[in-house]
Amino acid sequence: MAKKLMKGCEAIGEAAIRAGCKLFFGYPITPQNEIPEYLSHRLPQVGGTFVQAESEVGASNMIYGAAGAGERVFTSSSSPGISLMQEAVSYLAGAELPVVIVNIMRAGPGLGGILPSQADYFQATKGGGHGDFNTLVLAPWSVQEAADLVADAFDLADYYRNPVYVLGDGLIGQMMEPVEFREDRKPLKDLAAKTWASTGWKGDRPRAVINSLYLDADTLEQHNRDLQAKYATIRRDEVRWQGYGLDGDYDVLIVAYGTVARVCLTAMEELREQGIKAAILRPISLYPFPYDAVRQASARARAVLVVELSAGQMIQDVQLAVAETRPIHFHGRTGGNLVSPDEAAAKVREVLDGRSQEVRNA
Amino acid sequence: MPSGTQPVFSYPEALRDVTTHYCPGCTHGVIHRMVAEVLDELGVRQRTVGVSPVGCAVLSYNYFAADMQEASHGRAPAVATGIKRARPDLVVFTYQGDGDLASIGMSEIMHCANRGEKITVVFVNNAIYGMTGGQMAPTTMPGQITTTSPLGRDVSLVGEPIRMAEILSTLHTPGFVARGAVHRPLESVKTKDLLRRAFTYQVEGRCFSLVEILSTCPTNWGLPPHEACEWVEKTMVPYYPLGVFKTPDGGDRAPRPL
Ligand SMILES: Cc1ncc(C[n+]2csc(CCOP(=O)(O)OP(=O)(O)O)c2C)c(N)n1
Ligand code: SF4
Repeated sequence: MAKKLMKGCEAIGEAAIRAGCKLFFGYPITPQNEIPEYLSHRLPQVGGTFVQAESEVGASNMIYGAAGAGERVFTSSSSPGISLMQEAVSYLAGAELPVVIVNIMRAGPGLGGILPSQADYFQATKGGGHGDFNTLVLAPWSVQEAADLVADAFDLADYYRNPVYVLGDGLIGQMMEPVEFREDRKPLKDLAAKTWASTGWKGDRPRAVINSLYLDADTLEQHNRDLQAKYATIRRDEVRWQGYGLDGDYDVLIVAYGTVARVCLTAMEELREQGIKAAILRPISLYPFPYDAVRQASARARAVLVVELSAGQMIQDVQLAVAETRPIHFHGRTGGNLVSPDEAAAKVREVLDGRSQEVRNA
Repeated sequence: MPSGTQPVFSYPEALRDVTTHYCPGCTHGVIHRMVAEVLDELGVRQRTVGVSPVGCAVLSYNYFAADMQEASHGRAPAVATGIKRARPDLVVFTYQGDGDLASIGMSEIMHCANRGEKITVVFVNNAIYGMTGGQMAPTTMPGQITTTSPLGRDVSLVGEPIRMAEILSTLHTPGFVARGAVHRPLESVKTKDLLRRAFTYQVEGRCFSLVEILSTCPTNWGLPPHEACEWVEKTMVPYYPLGVFKTPDGGDRAPRPL
């Protein structure tokens, strides 16, 4: 298929349909309204169903029901709406239901603002709701990658029977870029039939009970052990990242994800023209986080710089990876402000000439 | 069974032959049985998915011989919406208490009914939070003593009990809304008929249906089972009138002025 110029939100919606998802439940919130708007006209064209829910609480429980009935389903929202979904995300993880949740993050806390942000990193990667659970989290840096990761997210959700987030900032949702939907895309994994789904019990398989309640302590502990074993497999097999300039020499390793990494790439190229050597490691999977890759790449740098559209959240994972073997610096913007390439380049210079304060135990 | 004899009473196929956790004398069990009988009589058990609530009926997924989903507190109508929209060929019901449906789940039930989701809601109103130990519900009667209204429900502070069947019947979207009870055999017979009508409307693909059922909680009301049944008749029925409030063709009206 030829490339098509599309807004990020629309590409996300189209990618879901092409991944075989015929069901969307959601509630309007800026800056992701173009996802439900797009699907409200596209889904009926492909025999699918679009439901505008009464709230994000409703939407997130509707995807629970639909996923429990064995169908591919997704929802999208932005930060305040994702907060409302956290109850359901915990239940979805507990009941091991495959769903895809797109969060086009906006600045917080509270109602915050509608401009881009990456301040929901903790919520997405550390559980977010109650109980011990994890969700896979994929962070695109372009419209094309957003479309690709949405397709992958459905396969990963089905394979692991687990919620998967696609975490973008407002830029990913709103910018227009050429995007191509590959017709020959193969599923990432061998996907088994969903014999566990509640589709009507005819006696030819065990009765399906979609549930996260275990009143017996030992049974619940075993369920938790099983979940943890699954998360360990995910941490082993699903790490994704990309490096820029890691092959040559570099003094500063920049760790950034999403659109921020793209800004940093521009900064890195400018710096290199001036003889200042920086490299970038871009986590694509935020859960599982590429700890090993960050550790190895940081070992070849004099210092590490983390850049985020937050007050510093991913930096905690970088600290875990680097484990005080290298000084770590941070540059972050909040409120919906973006990092400019000049700003990022200036920060790298400060790191190198000693003007930047090292971050410890941020 | 000797040839030529017909069973006149048997265990419903849609109910699993297991011991339930309900208290002695609690009418949750009666309601379970009636739902199961209706599923059998309509021949839809094998394509039914039930949604359990959070409340005393939380373990009902162990009792119905059908595929089941367990929802979070109050969200069963949203979960049922997801199931039904994903698989319109399935018969989907929720089974919810009054705390679940009329308090924390008020938003989900109102919008599910208003969208006209073709599901059936079995709404068990026992005027109290049974599972958590007898706290006040939105349906608790004026003056009724509960663990969080130790001096009796003070309507000047917390308002009057919510009448869900009445509220839901004001929606313009077509639906079937009725209220029955199970404190006397005759009422149970009538209530089973309401349930049959409710499920039939769904099976025919016609409309949303809800049957509110006045139920007992002898344990938290502090009454022996037979006195609990009398309390339903004396205290609840006058405030929660029994009958059909709404049908999709608008044929029936509320049984008495409200
Ligand atoms: C989010 C959440 N809040 C509170 C509870 C605790 N809780 C469990 S059951 C229940 C009330 C159930 O009462 P009702 O729906 O009337 O059903 P009954 O037990 O009387 O059948 C509450 C408040 C919970 N499980 N989840
Ligand atoms: S607590 Fe009340 S509602 Fe719950 S099982 Fe016991 S009697 Fe029934």
